[in-house]
Amino acid sequence: MKKHLILFCFITAVIFFGCGKGKVSVTLAGSTAFQPFAEKIADEYMKANPNITITVQGGGSAVGIQSANSGAAQIGMADLVKLPDEAKELTSTIVAQDGIAVIVNPKNKIENLSTEQLRDVFNGKINNWKEIGGGDEPITVVSREAGSGTRSSFEKIVTGIKLVDKAVIQNSNGTIRETVANDENSIGYISHGILNEKVKGLKIDNVECTTESIIANNYKLVRPIFLLTKGTPAGEVKKFIDYILTDEIQLMIKKDGLLPAK
Amino acid sequence: MFSEKGVERLLSVIAFSAISALALIALFIFIEGIPFLLKYGIKDFLLSSDWRPESGKFGIYPMISASFWVMLGAMLVGAPFGIAGAIFLAEFTPKTVMHIIKPAIELLAAVPSVIYGFIGVVVLAPIIREVFGGPGLSLLAGAIILGIMILPTVISISIDSILAVPASFREGSLALGATIWQTVHMLTIKAAKSGIIASIILGMGRAIGETMAVIMVTGNAVMIPNSALDSVRTLTANIALEMSYATGMHREALFATGVVLFIVIIFLNAIASVVIRKKVITK
Amino acid sequence: MRVSPKYTQIGAVTILGAATAFTVAILIFIIIFVLEKGLPVLSFNFLFTNPSDMGRSGGILPILIGTVLLPVLAIIVAAPLGICTSVYLVEFTLESRVTRLIRFGTDCLAGVPSIIFGLFGFIFFVTILGMGWSIMSGGLSLALMILPTIIRTSEEAIRAVPKAYREVSFSLGASRWQTVRKVVLPNALPGVVTGVVLGIGRSIEETAVVIFTAGSSLLIPTSLFDSTRTMAVHFYILAREGLSMENAYGTAASLIIAVLIVNLTAYWMMHRFIAKRN
Repeated sequence: MKKHLILFCFITAVIFFGCGKGKVSVTLAGSTAFQPFAEKIADEYMKANPNITITVQGGGSAVGIQSANSGAAQIGMADLVKLPDEAKELTSTIVAQDGIAVIVNPKNKIENLSTEQLRDVFNGKINNWKEIGGGDEPITVVSREAGSGTRSSFEKIVTGIKLVDKAVIQNSNGTIRETVANDENSIGYISHGILNEKVKGLKIDNVECTTESIIANNYKLVRPIFLLTKGTPAGEVKKFIDYILTDEIQLMIKKDGLLPAK
Repeated sequence: MFSEKGVERLLSVIAFSAISALALIALFIFIEGIPFLLKYGIKDFLLSSDWRPESGKFGIYPMISASFWVMLGAMLVGAPFGIAGAIFLAEFTPKTVMHIIKPAIELLAAVPSVIYGFIGVVVLAPIIREVFGGPGLSLLAGAIILGIMILPTVISISIDSILAVPASFREGSLALGATIWQTVHMLTIKAAKSGIIASIILGMGRAIGETMAVIMVTGNAVMIPNSALDSVRTLTANIALEMSYATGMHREALFATGVVLFIVIIFLNAIASVVIRKKVITK
Repeated sequence: MRVSPKYTQIGAVTILGAATAFTVAILIFIIIFVLEKGLPVLSFNFLFTNPSDMGRSGGILPILIGTVLLPVLAIIVAAPLGICTSVYLVEFTLESRVTRLIRFGTDCLAGVPSIIFGLFGFIFFVTILGMGWSIMSGGLSLALMILPTIIRTSEEAIRAVPKAYREVSFSLGASRWQTVRKVVLPNALPGVVTGVVLGIGRSIEETAVVIFTAGSSLLIPTSLFDSTRTMAVHFYILAREGLSMENAYGTAASLIIAVLIVNLTAYWMMHRFIAKRN
């Protein structure tokens, strides 16, 4: 135990003397859906303001909320339809909107699902592609983990989902995309921002998941992205959030598949 | 420069570093997890198979059974191959060859689990999907990948313990006219038993504690497996998958999952150390 | 009917040999699989330029730095603790309840899943001690994780030193500590080094602990309190999120080569040491 005490003192000493650097640093943590965008924006921002270091961490929405609360990060990122109680004390700013695309393997013949069919597939009531016009193959449902912002948003909007037990669970958007790209019989859902040619986005009730249809309010599966700060944002934190909300940056994230905040 | 007594005292303090680390870790995991267990009910938590954090249902029976089956599967794959390899390399291979192969195998213990997991996803899972059906990301895939992952641990430590058996044992047996194989299975293995068991325990620890490779290859479905082809979620995967998005009760439930893991491992080690100690005494 | 021992032996050797060959073949397959796809990507540029666009393009310079710093820090903390513990266990005490407790604690710590080290590191180092996601938090968490590996291997190595050596040393009037320093440790060194190497290996390959405690920043760290990313984490993120398979394989290949270099250096040192002693 004595050794631990010594170690502890040593560490404390290093913290005290090691942190006196001139550079200002801002840390963002949380939502994996917004992380790539935050990193890109941070790159741009650091180019314009070389004396500031912006670090972006993933982790997920809960990490975003926790680390904003604990101060591990000055800004937490969360992508939930509704913020949980833990976030009550935090100031939230909506910086973007994001569509949720339902995806299948490109080899799948299916192009469109009704909300009803989508619900039954994820409930396990429909478990063969032939029941909804595809080949005679079992359906592998791929979903996010409980607590995921994308999953709770998906389930809240589609309504009435009690996820089938045998659903494969992956813990990020990119991983769901890779899983669906590898398995011809699978179906999943991901952030519209990372949709690519490896998978096929389905129409829902005959509406395609595109930036245009989301802006026109035709596509149903949309959720907001929050930045969370302890108290009202001030100083460098405020400057960075304001920077994200400038027209230039909003246009940039729109080009990459997210939607402007307003 | 140090007095003999001073050195001894310092060493005796340091010797407790591992156990104090363990205590510290246990303390923090328990502080976060125990209140939940008391609130929710230990029986409901352990024996219910309903894991729906969004509606306040936290039953981890499916994960307990998945962890057990994946570990057992990994042992079925890893232990026979590992021990066979160790005996072959230690007893039937020229020393020079063994001195090349053993380090090479030890090297493979340092291959990151994420690489094993990745190969499981791109090579093994598609094969399982095509040959046996199911989603491919399954208990079977997890058991095979983990079995391979523990091979270096099992082989390396077993070889060391076989080689540590005094040469005089072997020479005596051979002089009496026994073949090498008779000497090995009647004498050497018995003398090296505690080392071999230790290697298997380390392997089990690795299998039950492995997180990243398991998350990648088992598919993580919350269900009690009916066959090896079903997708399953282990205790470790449960924590790692959901921790990042969990808040409130859900977060506490994941720490409680950590508490269960902890207790399982302490229990395993208790059995193991009893086995080893008995061996030492009877010898 | 009794089968002649000679035939039993041939049968046993065949089965054991086949099992060994199979094992080695799988392990070789894994290495070749990674190197075949990764080596073409590897170049001076890849290793020493900054990544861009989340690692989709560019190199792995900051990741290389992180991969060196974390294991080094972990070893600096864990190796002295581990080796002293094993010296104490073997040389300074008799088997007792206390040594059994220490050994049991070490076994348990060895079995503690990496994810739990990650959780603990996140609560304790990152949050309570306020170190944030940093090289320091990551290194200390890794140190705890590799401690049992080092204790176990060094203990085996020290125990393997013949009793006679110690008896000779004692009979010449050496104290216990002198015997440990001059006789036991030098003779046990190859085994101790192996333990340290295994520890380095474990820290390089670890992913879960590092993600939870050191974060995954792609910037070049400027202090021990900056977040960083190791090659294992970088590979995991690139491959799993499907960002860039090419760079993922490149990272995997560098990772395996790094592991090769570390281990071969250690074995070379060990052999030189043995040669010099003889």
